[in-house]
Amino acid sequence: MKKRKTSLADKIFVVCNTLFMIAFVVVTLYPVLNTLAISFNDGIDAVRGGIHLWPRKFTFKNYLTILGKENMITAVYVTVARTILGTLLALVTNALLAFVVSRKRFLFKSGLSLFWVITMYVNGGLIPVFLLYRNLHLTGTFWVYIIPGTISAFNMLVLRTYMNGLPDSLEESAQLDGAGYWTVFVKIISPLCKPVYATVALFVAVGQWNSWFDAMLYNRLKSEYTTLQYELMKLLSSVMNQSGNAANASAAGAANAAITPVTVRSAASIATMLPIVMLYPFLQRYFVTGLTIGGVKE
Amino acid sequence: MAQEQVKVVKDKRITWKEVKRQKFLLIVSFFMVVYGTIFYYWPLTGWIMAFQNYKPNRGLLGSKFVGLAKFQFLFEDATFIQVVRNTLAMGVINLATSTFMAILFAILLNEIKSTIAKKTVQTISYLPHFLSWIIVTGILHDALSSSGIINELLLKYGFIDQAINFFAHKEYFWPIVAFANCWKETGWNAIIYLAAITAIDPCLYEAASIDGAGRWAKIKYITLPSIRPTIMILLLMNVGNVLNAGFEIQYLLGNGLIKSVSDTIDIYVLTWGISNNDFSLGTAAGMFKSAVSIALIVIANYAAKRMGEERLF
Repeated sequence: MKKRKTSLADKIFVVCNTLFMIAFVVVTLYPVLNTLAISFNDGIDAVRGGIHLWPRKFTFKNYLTILGKENMITAVYVTVARTILGTLLALVTNALLAFVVSRKRFLFKSGLSLFWVITMYVNGGLIPVFLLYRNLHLTGTFWVYIIPGTISAFNMLVLRTYMNGLPDSLEESAQLDGAGYWTVFVKIISPLCKPVYATVALFVAVGQWNSWFDAMLYNRLKSEYTTLQYELMKLLSSVMNQSGNAANASAAGAANAAITPVTVRSAASIATMLPIVMLYPFLQRYFVTGLTIGGVKE
Repeated sequence: MAQEQVKVVKDKRITWKEVKRQKFLLIVSFFMVVYGTIFYYWPLTGWIMAFQNYKPNRGLLGSKFVGLAKFQFLFEDATFIQVVRNTLAMGVINLATSTFMAILFAILLNEIKSTIAKKTVQTISYLPHFLSWIIVTGILHDALSSSGIINELLLKYGFIDQAINFFAHKEYFWPIVAFANCWKETGWNAIIYLAAITAIDPCLYEAASIDGAGRWAKIKYITLPSIRPTIMILLLMNVGNVLNAGFEIQYLLGNGLIKSVSDTIDIYVLTWGISNNDFSLGTAAGMFKSAVSIALIVIANYAAKRMGEERLF
């Protein structure tokens, strides 16, 4: 293409666009970096405000406080366990289901698909589900985080769309060699599905890592099954209850060896977001393709 | 054609041999159906509670039927009308602002020539999606507090003389929720629009350049019309979710002062069903939500069909 002289309007466009992107990046990153700065700042000092990107009175105390906090270590164990177990189980079950409904010759192909798609639009709602889990004796146990949400129609659809896009000849030639469906699933389809498996694993893992509502609803009284986000939520409410009354907060802080909840909560926020923030840039390639294939074509 | 039909019929015939060959698929399906029935379909039987005065110790079969009394209570309850209004309002505002922001961001990002800059901005844009609502609410609370950055900037440039307590005034709540939603999801939602933009034939842009079209004209006459089907499909899919847009942030940010604008249907269900132990009323409110969601998606789909747009089913 011949290079054309850029018009004035185009130049203005480029300048405005650049400014927009800078503003976007600042608005996105500033709050996170500000939380990081506050998490390293002295508690009472932080109440004065005016901390931006760098702590004013540097301290590690906030991080030590959350480590020493009751339930925190338990919450870490539970959260890590539910993330790993929940992700593995969800991946295996959703992949199996997607594999079954994406087999061209399967007898109940459309019936089984419909059975699951309906669950996306019709659900019993909070109360019937709560009673069901209680009747199944899932409430008050660790398994309430793992078993109920394992198979989801959305993840199944993302996987199915990807599997539908694979050539049929792969399966046929394997079957001519005498391979059963299980072998086809493990040896042929799964290795080709790595990108979409990574996508679904990320979706599930983030969901598990970030959930707090199930901990509050089903395991409120069982502190041995508390999760990180639920502990964080308790810290958040204690901050909110104190806000609007800074004097009160700083007085409480002084009595509490220079720690006010704002800085502690910031430290806990940073600590819980760290694993995901460090992981997602490397999985970007996967979730972008996975989401695009699953989303646009479906 | 006829031959093809014969083939299809032949393939569909269930032979014992075929069943045996598909044994693995059938076993897996069986467990999937059992699981789905227990965890997704069985709770639907709980809807019976909405027509009863449900008592846990008597169970579904022993509780007394009260007809539509629970629904009557709901529609006569001013609080319920209020929470329906709040849920709808926030759902619609969120859907409109987040769709607009995602499209705007996708189009503008696509106009950036430098690959490194584009990649960097995009990676940063995904970050908030991975943060939990707890963290986002905390961040929001810090930014909007009396010593937070927003008040600081407003004071510094003379827009206000006194710090605003954003969480004490009703008029700020919906915009705050809409902003938080955009902040969290714009980059993520833009992924699909960006993919749609990338799929546009570059020849169209080249031809437009030769005809002297500027950047703005190309966006208006090529990019936007090309991604129109994607926009419609996503809007349709999200219309059914409008009522689902309200739980976490409203629950976390709401307080006594702004309850009348912050409480949503889900919070109402939680309050009545779990805290007040009125399972029947909670179920009725939840059922109402489900029914409205399904109605919305059917209506949206029908409207799209009438207008000759893409549709879901």
